[in-house]
Amino acid sequence: MTEPQNSSSNGSPAQAGDAVIEVRDVRYSVGGRAIFDGLDVTARRGRITAFMGPSGTGKTTLLRLITGQASAERGTVRVFGEEVAQMSQSQLFALRRRMGMLFQNGALLTDLDVYENVAFPLRAHTDLTEDLVRQLVLTKLHAVGLRGAARLMPSELSGGMARRVALARAIVMDPEILIYDEPFVGLDPISMGVICRLIKQMNDALGITSIVVSHDVHELATIADDSYLLSGGRVVASGTPDELARSEVAEVRQFMSGLADGPVAYHFPAGDYRADLLGEKSP
Amino acid sequence: MNDSLPVAALRRIGAVTVFLAQIVARIGPALARPGLIVRQIYNAGARSLVIIMLSGMFVGMVLGLLGFDVFQRFGSEDYVGVLAALGNLKVLGPVLTALLFAGRAGTSLTSEIGLMKSTEQLTAMQMMAVDPVRYVVVPRFLGGFIAMPLLAATFTVIALYGAQLIGVQQMGVDSGAYWSQTQAAVDLHDVWEGVVKSLVFGVAVSLVAVYEGYHSEPTPEGVGLATTRTVVVSSVLVLLLNYLLTAAFLKTH
Repeated sequence: MTEPQNSSSNGSPAQAGDAVIEVRDVRYSVGGRAIFDGLDVTARRGRITAFMGPSGTGKTTLLRLITGQASAERGTVRVFGEEVAQMSQSQLFALRRRMGMLFQNGALLTDLDVYENVAFPLRAHTDLTEDLVRQLVLTKLHAVGLRGAARLMPSELSGGMARRVALARAIVMDPEILIYDEPFVGLDPISMGVICRLIKQMNDALGITSIVVSHDVHELATIADDSYLLSGGRVVASGTPDELARSEVAEVRQFMSGLADGPVAYHFPAGDYRADLLGEKSP
Repeated sequence: MNDSLPVAALRRIGAVTVFLAQIVARIGPALARPGLIVRQIYNAGARSLVIIMLSGMFVGMVLGLLGFDVFQRFGSEDYVGVLAALGNLKVLGPVLTALLFAGRAGTSLTSEIGLMKSTEQLTAMQMMAVDPVRYVVVPRFLGGFIAMPLLAATFTVIALYGAQLIGVQQMGVDSGAYWSQTQAAVDLHDVWEGVVKSLVFGVAVSLVAVYEGYHSEPTPEGVGLATTRTVVVSSVLVLLLNYLLTAAFLKTH
């Protein structure tokens, strides 16, 4: 809308396969505990890149780093070739206008109806006439199959519908990057399939670079072009979903097949079991 | 953080002041969307109207009873109107309105903003390159700031009516004496005291409410705690400020 569709920061014509997001040697810690240490990932233009990993591996933190909501202690995060950490507030806002983000629960504004939610970014950033806003909003809502729900309030929507509305809102400014934070959590199989198909469609039809963070291995396997498996603050495996599925690395196998015990231990670290039961002080 | 109480208090006062500065800096841009502010005046003001009017009536009536009871002992029932007018204008009107306002509108501001935070609506706005302080906080702050003096005025007028209802209509104080004593005792300075107080309390309560909401823990528990803190902090703050302002106005009289 406000940005030319295929501009890259260095001025050269953008090509499919260029790195749009580059995370290099990033360290990030919360309260002294390292979430990432030496993280390296890349997302390339026009592809769906999936980040998988057990809960608590900082998948959402990675998104916060990419969108400039948090900054790394060490290393660089580059989006469109520019370092996010170096940006001023206004540069950051300019960057975010080129990104759309789908939140876990949709994060629709509860005091606005579906139509106004989708229109929200347009009203905030453009001076389009009411006619144009209407056309854009209805087209996007139609794309997610919810044109008929335009006048419902967010509280009247099911979880899957809310996420589709949020998706319509995320694409209304025609972003170059679409970020999905746990898009499948808490959805029934039908809604899950719908969201899955929409992610693929958005990517193919609009040529958007997509980032999907999730732990739903099977859904991701059907749509992702590249995938990363994160664990313990670093990338333990990367490649196509098929490559990951065939991997012999213990951490990858544990995650991909959902084994309770493995490199990620079933038991939280504790003292000696017998001593604990007998009430003895463990040394 | 394990600061001692004074340090923690100082830190908090600093944080609230910084937040106020952020709000003030965005008032100009926020005026570009007057619709948002009008909606918040409605939310904070119109929706508090019934409880303010009801409370004003009862407070006025009690002042009528109390005044009559006390002044009758000295044979000077005519002064009931003076007590009611000065008591309401200078202290009870602004203070009680502010306390009721904190309970009715302040809590709803805090829980609303806290809920928006815990459901990631505020983050979503940031991701849409919309500043949530400007879009969510400033209109609510201004709504409260504008509504509070109007509510205090309404409260005071109704309380004055309630006092004369008891004093004149029920207890039989002479209407002419009642009003002429009142007119003689009240001057513009007293009215200003009420106006200034209600403006100050409006800022205090609205600021505490939006601050607590915006800085609440983004969990259901956190929103509940923040709402409680709004009532406690703003009530104590109102009573403290009331003392300081009363003293200041006595000095300038």
